[in-house]
Amino acid sequence: MDGITLNLFALQLFTGLALGSVFVLLAVGLSLIFGLLTVVNFAHGAFYMVGAYVGVFVLGLTGNFWFTLAAVPVVVGSMGVVVERYLVRPLYGRGIDYPLLLTFGLGMALVEVVRIVYGLEGVPFDTPKELRGAVDLGFGFFPLYRLFLIGITTVLVMVLWLFIEKTSYGLVIRAGARDPEIVRVLGIDISKVWLIVFAIGTGVAGLAGVLSAPMRSVIPDMGSTVLVEAFVVTVVGGMGSLVGAVVAGLLVGVVVSMTSLFWPSLTDLSMFALMAAVLLVRPQGLFGKKGLMG
Amino acid sequence: MSEIPMNTGEMQVSGRRLSDLVKLVARHRVIAVLAFMSVFPFIMPYEALAVNILIYGLFALGFNMVFGYMGVLSFGHAAFFGMGSYGTGIAIVHFGAPWPVAIGLGVVVAGITAMIMGAMAIRSRGIYFAMVTLALAQCVYYLIYQMSDWSGGEDGLTGVTIGEIDLGVVSFNLLDPTAKYYFMFTFVALAVFIFSRILASPFGAVLEAIRENENRARACGYNVQLTKWITFVISGLFCGLAGALNAIHLSVVPIESLHYHLSGQAVMMALLGGMGTFFGPFVGAMAFLLLEDVITLITIHWQLFLGITFMIFVLFFPKGIWGSILHWVSR
Amino acid sequence: MSEDTKNKTVSKGVSRRSLLKGVAAGGALAATGPFLFNIAQAAETSIKIGFPVPLTGPYGSEAKEQAACAQMAVDEFNAAGGLNGRMAKLLVRDDKLKSGEAATRTLELIEKDGADFIAGSLSASVQLAVNSVAKERGKIYVSISQSDAINEAKHFSKYTFHEAMNPHMTAGAVGRYVFPKKGKRVAFLIADYAYGHEMARGFKAAGEAFGIEVVAEVQHPLATKDFSTFLPRIQAARPDVLCLCNFGYDQMNSLKQSTNFGMKEQMQMVAPALLYNQRRAGGAEAYDGVIGGTNFYWGLEDTIASAKTFTDSYRKANNGKPPSDYGAYGYSGVGGLLKAVTAAGTTETDAVITAMENLKYDMYKGEQYYRKCDHQSVQSVYIIESKSEAKMANEYDVFDLVGVDKANEGVLRSCSDLGFG
Repeated sequence: MDGITLNLFALQLFTGLALGSVFVLLAVGLSLIFGLLTVVNFAHGAFYMVGAYVGVFVLGLTGNFWFTLAAVPVVVGSMGVVVERYLVRPLYGRGIDYPLLLTFGLGMALVEVVRIVYGLEGVPFDTPKELRGAVDLGFGFFPLYRLFLIGITTVLVMVLWLFIEKTSYGLVIRAGARDPEIVRVLGIDISKVWLIVFAIGTGVAGLAGVLSAPMRSVIPDMGSTVLVEAFVVTVVGGMGSLVGAVVAGLLVGVVVSMTSLFWPSLTDLSMFALMAAVLLVRPQGLFGKKGLMG
Repeated sequence: MSEIPMNTGEMQVSGRRLSDLVKLVARHRVIAVLAFMSVFPFIMPYEALAVNILIYGLFALGFNMVFGYMGVLSFGHAAFFGMGSYGTGIAIVHFGAPWPVAIGLGVVVAGITAMIMGAMAIRSRGIYFAMVTLALAQCVYYLIYQMSDWSGGEDGLTGVTIGEIDLGVVSFNLLDPTAKYYFMFTFVALAVFIFSRILASPFGAVLEAIRENENRARACGYNVQLTKWITFVISGLFCGLAGALNAIHLSVVPIESLHYHLSGQAVMMALLGGMGTFFGPFVGAMAFLLLEDVITLITIHWQLFLGITFMIFVLFFPKGIWGSILHWVSR
Repeated sequence: MSEDTKNKTVSKGVSRRSLLKGVAAGGALAATGPFLFNIAQAAETSIKIGFPVPLTGPYGSEAKEQAACAQMAVDEFNAAGGLNGRMAKLLVRDDKLKSGEAATRTLELIEKDGADFIAGSLSASVQLAVNSVAKERGKIYVSISQSDAINEAKHFSKYTFHEAMNPHMTAGAVGRYVFPKKGKRVAFLIADYAYGHEMARGFKAAGEAFGIEVVAEVQHPLATKDFSTFLPRIQAARPDVLCLCNFGYDQMNSLKQSTNFGMKEQMQMVAPALLYNQRRAGGAEAYDGVIGGTNFYWGLEDTIASAKTFTDSYRKANNGKPPSDYGAYGYSGVGGLLKAVTAAGTTETDAVITAMENLKYDMYKGEQYYRKCDHQSVQSVYIIESKSEAKMANEYDVFDLVGVDKANEGVLRSCSDLGFG
């Protein structure tokens, strides 16, 4: 491999970490619902896409990017509330297959609804003015917007971690994931807890969508690959582990980045090879607890 | 989990004849499938769709052995379908192999793929099994994609043409859609028969014992891991045959034959028809493809209807179409 | 316990009579079946053109325009009296951008609908699948999607016609325009599939005459969403020109992201197939200053008479909206085919093939004809540059026409290169 200087290597490594934080952002919503509700949300990619389109709509109304960032998770999270209450809740206790298939159908329908409303072609979404341009990091130029994403992902993960690990509400959530029966016996309305977790999970998926909009095309199909990427990160990290999702996201980012530098044609393969390798050596994922979900 | 209890007892008179028919069909399942499928091309909108239903029905049947009868969700079955297709396609395009050899080769290649994937994946359980099979199948996808000299890569493999077939007694041309249907039908019929024999054998009983209670089956002295692996491989052989036939049907092998979307489709078909029932996969494949075909002609927004249909089935008819019919009959 | 155990335990309670009834019921179902499904057969005498395009999927808007423009060509043919009163009919089918689906749909069109000709598709792999099915059954297929492979002897048959430009000619045309003006240090970002590599080959072939130096060549997987990991290497090579050898959303995403990386200030971005709809969906910022090639831009109406006629009639039917490049392919592909039918005076396949081989037609962009050896439509390639938001007169005004590579067999791959003769 000629032409690979130390600077390039450093920039590539940094790019990988930045990409990893995008993966974390994409995966965290799925990971929450997956880990705490044992619901495999196949509509995750669709919620991500809906987030981007809600972003387009709100931005068109207000013209304010920051307001849009706050509004999107609320709107998409509210959709999540409706979905959990009326579609997913009747399926608890029927095993993992049924919620998975229901959300698969839901994802298909959501994509099509957006196609009907916004048309088949994409809609433009420019980078907000204050976040345009590239910054000199010493070893190369890097887009300001991606640095901003790293920041916002860090904050988001911290907030979620504090919420789940350090609040009494989080205690109930974790207990519910372990043994819902006991929690119920203790007189806690576990279904309300699940509702909130589902809402947070979908809201975060929507936020990820609107944050990706300036980098990726806003099209009805934009969620299809996200679902798979989010799965890889969640499974590699270990289900139900926020720390695992972060570590796995960064790891996948670096692996993808390095593969694309040295063996570009294997870039897509690298992610799945990593997942297969991790699962074969450690079937519960890097930070997953053994026994959870068989 | 018997769909038809031993004692049917009192039954509504109005539904009696119909339910007799259903029970009859369930009992003589191989003959029923074959009888239905032999008139099938005449009730379908066009032969190519009928062939698709045959092929995808076989694919879902094979998948159902793991999903419905063994009770394990796999997301990697596209790998067997696709390897069956590529095995057959490459044999014909690059080596000019005669069609019986090519089909046999496709099935063998799919079987070997299943052996390897099964050996790696069988240790993990539950959702992890689904994820390991998904990851391994995606690896297969990208490997074949990269071998573009052999596989055609993204362009797919074109020119899988057989044309005239001379069996000594009869000769026919696969360009004739009806001849092609019955050519495919012969293979599917054979597969359905074998599948039924496997389920009726002691091996089939062990399989269901594992589904109902793995630990108890182990305590009874059965080698659970080995049984699972063998089942996975047999399932892969059936899916491989479906793939091999598809290559000949379309005369091309599209790269999407290996894509995980196809694995998802197998899950959909099995669920729509009724998992763990013999007919479910065929009913599911027929419902799925027919629905898609009819709606596509009416609106470009067919995915909306398909999506809503799935949700309705999951919420209200979790036994699937055939499973619900059996349930209704035995009420 | 499931059905097989039942087999053994349930007594054989159903009589032979009910078995017979069942068979009879099945037969009755079979007899009524065709009437249930075969809705509205077209009149036997019409000339049927099967048209599989990806109405659903990421390029649905292009496909819709392909179908609408093809319908325009059919309507014009019919308005002029058809073929001695025989009217043409366009049968549009959704191939979902999947080659397996496209092959099935083509079988349906030929076997069930009795299509006389096939045209359409919007992807290299899909058109090869359609071509494979059509040529086996001796049906003329007019492809309106870009590809080099379809011209090669391996895929070609006398039934195969390629109306769209091919990557070799578009990349070559853009290269000939850009290399002398913008510099000789060239980098490539290549989508890792046949079409991507074909574009890169076209650039390199054209670049030889200008002595270009390839300073970086980076491949990315098809349908990549995040290009960030592919860009540092290109930046490090400091090229004058970056050739984006990718298509559609890959092109849009790579442009959006390289703009974010500040690469536009450092190098000239060029794209062999710069799409009108994609530019409008991607926004002015990402595309600003990108130079590319196209078969058609509505701005041609100022200089070319046939373009004016085409855009006028499209505008009339579509509230003043101008047609797109891929839509125009649908118009010329089907229009050219019907012109050949008129010239042949019959729909008989061999006669129409001969007529097409001898056809000179000007549907929308100047004169075109099909080269004898590979049935590639020889046509002009137009060079366009994307406008910044400030310079746009209205929402449709997105490109400047900056050059043209005139129709010329010399810029195509030679017949012997393609494996003929």
